[in-house]
Parts: sequence; structure tokens; C-alpha cells
Amino acid sequence: MNVVTPFEGIGASVRRKEDLRFLSGRGQYTDDINRPGQAYASILRSPHAHATIGGIDIAAARAMPGVVAIFTGADMPDLGGIPCGWQIHNKDGSPMAEPMHPVLAVDKARFVGDAVAVVIAETKAQARDAAEAIEVDYAVLPAVSTVTAATAPGAPLVHDAVAGNICYDWHIGDKAINEAAFAGAAKVVEFDLVNNRLIPNAMEPRAAIGDFDRTTDEYTLYTTSQNPHVIRLLMGAFVLHLPEHKLRVVAPDVGGGFGSKIFHYAEEAIVTWAAGRVCRPVKWTCERTESFMSDAHGRDHVSKARLALDANGKFLALHVQTLANMGAYLSTFATSVPTYLYATLLAGVYTTPSIYAEVKAVFTNTVPVDAYRGAGRPEATFLLERLVDVAARETGIDRIEIRRRNFIPSDAFPYQTPVALQYDSGDYQTTLDAALETAGWASFEERRAEAATRGRLRGIGISTYVEACGIAPSAVVGALGARAGLYEVGTIRVHPTGSVTVLTGTHSHGQGHETTLAQLVTDRLGVPLAQVDVVHGDTAKIPFGMGTYGSRSLAVGGSAMVKAMDKIVAKARRIAAHLMEASVEDVEFDRGTFRVAGTDKTKSWGEICLTAYVPHNYPIEEIEPGLDETAFYDPKNFTYPGGAHICEVEIEPETGITTVVNFTAVDDVGRVINPMIVEGQVQGGVCQGIGQALLEACVYDAEGQLVSGSYMDYQMPRANDLPMVSVATHVTLCTHNPLGVKGCGEVGAIGSPPAVINAVVDALKDYGVRHIEMPATAAKIWGIINAGHRLAAE
Amino acid sequence: MYDFEYHKPGSIADAVKILSADPDARPISGGQTLLPALKHRLNKPTSVVDLSGIAELKGIRKEGNKLIIGALAKHHEVAESDVVKGAIPALAMMAGTIGDTQVRNRGTIGGSVSNNDPAADYPSAVMALDATVVTDKRRIAADDFFQGMFTTALEPGELLVAIEFPIPEKAGYAKMRNPASRYVMAGAFIAKTGGKVRVAINGAGPGVFRQTEMETALAANWSADAVAGVKQSAEDLNSDIHGSAEYRAHLVTVMAKRAIAAAG
Amino acid sequence: MPQVTLTVNGKTSTVEVEGRTLLVELLREKLRLTGTHVGCDTSQCGACVVHVDGESVKACTVLAVQADGTQVTTIEGLAKADGTLHPMQEAFREYHALQCGFCTPGMVMSAIDLVQKHPAGLSEKEIREGLEGNLCRCTGYHNIVKAIAAAQEVMHGRVQTLALAGD
Repeated sequence: MNVVTPFEGIGASVRRKEDLRFLSGRGQYTDDINRPGQAYASILRSPHAHATIGGIDIAAARAMPGVVAIFTGADMPDLGGIPCGWQIHNKDGSPMAEPMHPVLAVDKARFVGDAVAVVIAETKAQARDAAEAIEVDYAVLPAVSTVTAATAPGAPLVHDAVAGNICYDWHIGDKAINEAAFAGAAKVVEFDLVNNRLIPNAMEPRAAIGDFDRTTDEYTLYTTSQNPHVIRLLMGAFVLHLPEHKLRVVAPDVGGGFGSKIFHYAEEAIVTWAAGRVCRPVKWTCERTESFMSDAHGRDHVSKARLALDANGKFLALHVQTLANMGAYLSTFATSVPTYLYATLLAGVYTTPSIYAEVKAVFTNTVPVDAYRGAGRPEATFLLERLVDVAARETGIDRIEIRRRNFIPSDAFPYQTPVALQYDSGDYQTTLDAALETAGWASFEERRAEAATRGRLRGIGISTYVEACGIAPSAVVGALGARAGLYEVGTIRVHPTGSVTVLTGTHSHGQGHETTLAQLVTDRLGVPLAQVDVVHGDTAKIPFGMGTYGSRSLAVGGSAMVKAMDKIVAKARRIAAHLMEASVEDVEFDRGTFRVAGTDKTKSWGEICLTAYVPHNYPIEEIEPGLDETAFYDPKNFTYPGGAHICEVEIEPETGITTVVNFTAVDDVGRVINPMIVEGQVQGGVCQGIGQALLEACVYDAEGQLVSGSYMDYQMPRANDLPMVSVATHVTLCTHNPLGVKGCGEVGAIGSPPAVINAVVDALKDYGVRHIEMPATAAKIWGIINAGHRLAAE
Repeated sequence: MYDFEYHKPGSIADAVKILSADPDARPISGGQTLLPALKHRLNKPTSVVDLSGIAELKGIRKEGNKLIIGALAKHHEVAESDVVKGAIPALAMMAGTIGDTQVRNRGTIGGSVSNNDPAADYPSAVMALDATVVTDKRRIAADDFFQGMFTTALEPGELLVAIEFPIPEKAGYAKMRNPASRYVMAGAFIAKTGGKVRVAINGAGPGVFRQTEMETALAANWSADAVAGVKQSAEDLNSDIHGSAEYRAHLVTVMAKRAIAAAG
Repeated sequence: MPQVTLTVNGKTSTVEVEGRTLLVELLREKLRLTGTHVGCDTSQCGACVVHVDGESVKACTVLAVQADGTQVTTIEGLAKADGTLHPMQEAFREYHALQCGFCTPGMVMSAIDLVQKHPAGLSEKEIREGLEGNLCRCTGYHNIVKAIAAAQEVMHGRVQTLALAGD
């Protein structure tokens, strides 16, 4: 087995190992799991955005058929609140406001969907029947649903103790330098914009099963999570006060996350705690309409931006002020999203020497807002790439040319931005050139003219972006307020016959880790892919881990595996040296074969593995038997994928319907392990970005009712809303991790929205349009066109 | 969903007996509208009466100058029926665009018409083609049948049996879907039957309605230009996060133009 | 309580249900065929699509009692007894048409019905329109469309083996 055929290592588009079970209906998602004797939970949720709870009468409900137990917040006096994982500090150095987030609302409901009581019953339907029979004495209070309303003078307070609804008032950058740069600028472009609120909508609704073994006092939680160890930590230490060794968290197959399954949700604590109380497994499965009002939402920024330029179109300074909606409570990573994952990206791919950003996080009577695919970076990219297009238009400089003039040159890396980050590598000119070529930018005007003959308005738009992922160096994020380390853990367990089990602290919920992580092993150790299995998602099996989000699985988790494999190889070489009676320094290892350098003496991988476990002829005085190594890897820096996205749209003026006719993405995601999977990740991300740009809007009315509360009103992208997406990569290696990988999970959703809106604005260039807020719906575009016609008529 | 008693009668008479005896009994055919409503606990029937076993409600046939479609005809059957395609191609085309494949494989014309969702497709065809709704008790003209949002002339316990469509000289349908729900945001079914033009608008208002100005214009001049000159008033039209009444009013004209183009 | 007798993937079962029990609940909770998923409650996502008497339906929008006497095929019933995948399953794997796998069973069942109903073949546009009733949040549909386009050639016997996706 010296040579792996067919090639299955790094760079091979091998078909996925996990597909067979998904394609044959044998996946094991949380709701597919049934525990013996399980009861079912139904959660009663507040129909009001803001109300005091006078009392909760459960008597009638308790008498309903099948009811096992009913709990309210009053039954949980000893439980802690749902914790926030990142403490941000105000401009004056004081810590952010961090109001208690009770597992079940106690005296006040603060958003539509806030959990008020839980019914445990013999069947799901009985639990729901009884939940409806609970009488809650609500006194409705005035509510605020937008950052604008919440920051208006005299606005109702979401939390009485939080003045002005401000969670924090944070800034980054040097204000004085920034002001001076604006004072000396030849041109200042000012621009206001909104980043629309979204609902993540992983296709699998959340679910959780709590189980309790009274003979051992052990709790098990099965949950739809991207990071079971993090849930164990947050729920065990902060909410339920359970030690880790008595709490197992299993995240089995998970049907998509996109960020929304990172966070610790109240329902996880409810079913785990309730299982202990009723001494039965308790299962809760979210219905989709319930997801809309209980899954953390994404985005929701309102910003003002100013860009200072010199006479040649060089960017001198950027000033951004953003109001970020937190919702009613702080979700796990909510506070980091509009700060360290957003404002630190405002340099983009440009050499802007001075950046000053001010961010106010605002409480509202809405579902908590947290990370959603890209988390902060799409908001930064959208602001910047729209601003650059507006600047191009207002300076008369071509939009490609203004970007080229301001790009960080490829020989300037490592590049220190004025907003804390140091980019390690990138080549923005080349990704731009490749995208322009593929998209046929030069011949676009011909296509525009042809479309006009069909009565269509055609436009083209570009976005050149960088993002920061592979999170994150623990010391750095710790200094910035993170309450956790963000290293990753990998165990390489080599079996006596040479096959390998990988235990990873990352979690796969669509990314294909069972394949790509196995490819790393195949590449390094020469073990055929079929003999490598990847295990994830169970705190009882995996030593530790921080999970999957922020495109970190390969960059951090894969690097941990490389470190562990280094230890395996080092030990295996010592065994091989002993067997071949050579010195360790002379033993070379290359994909499955140990060789004494310069000789034909070899030992195979299998022989060494067997020897490690059957140590008859073994240097037992020097090394232990076995071949099983674990490594923790803490990254030295973030990774910085970047690239260029080009979108071409056609608008039907009569209806305002916009169709994306071409989309080209050229991304630098670092080294590519499995090109097929990378393309799939980018295609999916781009389509989520198109969804944000054209289709998706989470809308609350002024009273805090969720208007887009189901698929009847929230437009999910369907197959016939989307184009084929051309994906290519141009690689510059990450310089600080052993694989040279950067990450590909989020680039699509980060780069695409401004490319789409830039194209729509371009298509409407004759209608005097400076900006269109997302989503650019048909109705909105028709309104612009119709107003344009009226202008012309007047 | 609240629990209920399930009945599956074998005849219209048996079905009517159950439905007449219990005002809270609901008939079900394909269930593509009723079941989502029940799942959201929007209503609480004591009994659900499954009509699918009643042979008298089935069948698609042409009789003289009439196309008769039984209440249980599924959208997919109507879309694929050679009889329908031959008699009223616009109706087959419409049926092929209702909801999605899975809805069309279950949902029925009788269910759609008797539910009278303002955003449903069929009511506009029934109205524009001046069809007659045949029940177990009587025959009801389209103009009398539809009485606004989710309201029809059907009395409690009365069952829609079939719909008789006069075969038109020309007919066309065009719609714009609500981007999220994919129900109709604005649609126009236009037919010329026996020399008379009828224009029915669905989706845009609180119920299907006739656009009589367009009817007059088309009677004088059967062309897209004729309807283009008619401006639909935005008054009384729906307005929501997907579009203003003004936008829907505009779409009514656009869809009417397209319906004429489709009708030829 | 009503009784329902139906044949699922060739096996006939008689099950006691409530009037309100949905077909998908019967499949998942009574027969433990958990490959059919529930992704929404408005009959839109299509994760629950199965075939009833050969036609694709949303099992979340059919009462179990309405399925009495029917032949039902679920994702578990597609592959042959020896494990050979249906051409549509094979195409989804070859073309990387699934990521998290949650929409996949319904998507595959819909795709098979779609292809069967169009023996003359489907264009890219027709495939996209034919997927109106199925939502996928991971793939952007790009590879799903390609997989269906390739699978239809095998299903209609125009080619013997699935065209490979390339690297």
C-alpha cells in the first residue's frame, strides 16, 4: 500500500464518504433519535413582543390527557442565565450591559417567541394541546423592534437597567488621525445603508433530547449543534451547574447550521434539566414557524459611512458608525459579530491608512441576533464594496480602476491594517483579473445592448473582498473579551492493522469533513481513504473541541490533526528505526513507506502499526506501545481568504423582477483539499448571498410582531431563483498554518451581496439610483423604475 | 392539529348526511389547503369527511359545448388531460402552474374553488369562463358563487360536485407569483365566450373580481393594447411586505396584457 | 382509533393512528423510517416528499388515514436489496448534490417523479421549475440541477452508465 491509487489525497475531488447514508435515508439527525420511554416537550411562547407576566395558571393544562409535568421560570430558581461568550467594552473602558437571560421568562416576556413555560407529555400533540391550555396573565408594554426606534429619545426600555437600550458603545481606530485625514481630503463620499435582517433557515429545524441516568447521575443531551463541547461548557458550567464528567453532549448528523446552531439555546437546558426532574428522556423538536421566532437571526445593521479620497482617487480615511441589533438578549457570540468580526474588516482589500469605526449594540424586542454565515464580514464587505462603487461614480473613476489604485499590492504582505488585523497573504489583482476574464467584463456592453433589444435592463457589478476566518488565536481573542480559547483538537488513532480513526473537535453539518479530514490522513500517512474514518460530535468520544464556525475546521482543526500526525510519524519512525536497525535521523517516511535513506531497506505502514500494538521486538525501554496521538492547535493568526465576485443581472422593467444571469466567483481560499467540496461550499454561499441581496427579508412591525414569520412570507431562494455559479480558485497559501489553508465556508456569502446590488444599481443607472437597500425585491425595483418614468413625464 | 373523527363516505348522500348533521365537520379532498391550516390549529373540526372515495365526484368530460370537471379532479389531472387541453388549453396551463408538483398531485379543483382563497388560481378561471358550479342541491353561476375572501355561496353541508365550463373561443391566463408563498400576487384570466369577454382578476384583491373596464375595452378591440390603456385602481387592493396596492394594480394590467397574448 | 393498512417499500403494515396523524408521522414514528424528514409546517420545503401510488406527495400534508390502502415508497426503498443505488441517488453522490443531507431524501424523491413525468427530457430551466416544491439551503441547487440532468439520461435508458462529473 505504498502508493495510493486512485489519488485520494490533498487536491483530489473524491466523492464524499458520508453521502451513502444521507442518500439512503440512514442519516441520524437529532429528531431521528428516540430514547426508550421518552416524553415530549412543547414550549409555550410569548405572543407579545413586550409584556409583564402577572401570573401563569397551569391548573387546567396539568389536568389534560398525557401531561407529565409543566414547568415555568419559577420552578428554576437555581438555574443560571444563558451566558454570552464575549465581553465587549465601551469607549470609556466600562464593560457592556449584560442583562440576565433566563431559561424561561420570569417576570417579563421580551420578544414574540420568548419561552414562558414548558409542558412535558406522553405525545407531541398532547404536549402542544396542554401548552395551549396554560393561561398567562400578560400586561402588554410598548415595544421597539428596530435599532432606530430603540435609540430614539424616550424609547421603551427592553431591560429596565439598560439605559437607552444600549448594550455597548464601542469603537476602534484613532479618531484624531481620522478626523485630520478627512479635513485634508479632496473628496468625501457619504453614504447610509442598511444590512437587512435575515433568518438562517438551516433545513433541519432545531431539536434536543435530554436524558438522565439516575444510577450514575449522568445527563446526556442530543442536540442540533455545531459545537457540542461548547454547549457542554456553557450549559454545564453556567446554566445547569453540572460538572463535565456528568454531562455528555451529542451532536449527531446536523442538517445545516450557517451559524444558527453555534449558540446555546434555552431549549437545550430545558430538556436536559427536565429529564432529571421527570426521570425520563425528554424530546423537543422545533416546528418551522417556531424556528422563525426562536432561532437566532442574522445581520440587522444600520450604518453611516464616510470615505475620504485624494485627488487621484486614493482612499485616505474611512469613518463608519453602525447601530447593530442584538435582539432582546445577548446570544452566545452576538456581541463579537458587529465588533471584532465586522469593524476589523473595514480595511477590506485596500490600503486605506486611517479607519475609525463606532458601533453601538442595541437591545430591541426581537429574537436575539447572532452570527449567520459570514457573521460581521458580509456586513463590512457590503458597506465597503457599495461605498467604493458610489465613490467611483462620484469621482468619475472607473469602478475597476478605483479598486486597482487602492488594492494592497501582492508584495505588501504581511500587511498591517489600521483596524488590528495583519493579513498574511493575498493577491487581489490576480483574482480580480481572473474574474474579469471569466465573466467577460470587457464585452459586457454588447450584452447590455442586446438585452435592451429585448426590453431588459442589464447590469454588471463587482465586489473585491477579504475576510478573516480560521478563528482564532486564543490570546488575541482573550485580550479582546472572548471568554473561551479558540484552539482545536485532533486525535489520530492508528489501529493495529494500520487503519485510522480521526477524532475531531470540529463538527460537520454539510461541510463534508468525513471526507476532507480523511484526505489529510491519506495524504500524510498514505492510508487509503476507505481505511480512515472521522468521528465528530460526541463529547464522550472526542477529547475536546471548539466546533465548526468561522471557516475554522480545516485551518484550525485540520492543523491540529497535522500536529497529531507529526507525533504519530515521529513515533513510527522510531519504531521503524528499531526494526531496520538504523538511526532515527536516517529513517524517511513518505506516504506509507519507511525507508532508511539511501538504501532499499523499507518497512510498510502496516508493519509499523502492528509492531506498535504487538511490541515483541520493540524499543520498550524508550517508547510506549501504541500509536494514538492527540494535539491541540492554537492558530497564530486568523486566515484571510479573499477574491472577486462578479454578478450580471437582468431586470424586467414591467414587473421589476431581477434575474441573476451570470455569477462568477474567483476566490483565494488557500490550499484546496477537495476541489469538488470547495466549489459546492462557494456555490451554496453565493446563493445565500444572492438570497440576502434579492429575496430575503426578516420584517418586524412597529409592535414587534414578526411579519415574515413563515415560508409564506420569508422568501427562501428556490432553484428557479438562482443561476449556475461559476467558481474558480486562485491560491496563495496561508503562511502560518501547516496546511496553507484559509477556509471556504463563508466566502460565498461574504463576497456576493455587494456584487449583486452593484449590478442592480448598474442596471438602473439611467434612473438616477444611488443605492438600493437589500433585498432588492421586484416591488422595490418597480417602484424605482415607476418613479423614474414619472420624473421623465414631469 | 387538534384531533377529529375521520369519515370516508362512499357517496354524496352519505357525505352530505355527516356534513349536515355537524356544523363543525369539514370535508377534505386533496387537503393541500385544509391540512396546513389544521396544522397551525387555525380551525378545530370535530369531524373530517374524506370525499376521495366518492365516484360521483370524479371525472373530466366534454359534453357538447361544455367541459365538465368533477370536484375531485386533481390539478395534475386537469393539467395533463387531453380533454381539457383540447377544450380550454388555458385551463390546463393554469392547472399546471398551481403550487408545486406535489400540491398538484393531491390538490383538487373542488377544494380550491370552494375554499376561494383570494390568491388561488382556479377562481379566476371559473369567473372569467362564466362557469357554473354544480352542487348536490343546485347550480350556481360564477358571479353568484364567489362572495369575497374565503367566502362562497355554498351553504353548510352543501357539497361542490362539479364545475361546468362553457368552451370559449379564446382564453388566456397570466400571473405573477408571490415571491415567498408562490400563491398568486396578481393574475388575470381572460376569456371570450360566445362573443362576450370576461376578465377575472385574482391575487391582487381581497377576492377574485371582474375587471369590467377591461372587458369593455376588449369587447371593442381584442388586443393587449386595449387592456394596456385601462388603469386598474389601487383602491381596495392588497398591500403587504411583498408589494403595495399600487404595485399590484400595475401588475393587474401587465398580467392582463400577458393573458391576452397567451390567448392569441 | 382508526387503523391504516399500507405497503411501504414493499412491506405491508397495519398501524393504529389518530385521525390527525400525518403520513410523515406514521412513517417516522410508527414505522421508524426516519429518512423522510420534516423541514417546515407550511407544505413548502419538500423534505418529506415520498411517493404514494407512484406520485410524489408531501407526506406532511397527507393524513395517515388518507394513505390507507396505498403503496408508499420512501428514500429507504429506492436502492436495490443488494445496495445498488437508484441512478438518481448515484447521480447526487457523483455530482455532489448534497451537503448536510437533510433536504436530500425529499429532493431525490421529487427528482425521480419529475424525471419520470418527462420522458422527453428536461432542460436546466425545466429542472429548476420542477423543483419548485423543494428547498435546499446548502448547495444553491447548482449541483442538484446537474445531478438530475445526468440521472435522467440513465433513467430513460439513453445511456447505460452515469456521466461522470469530472474533477
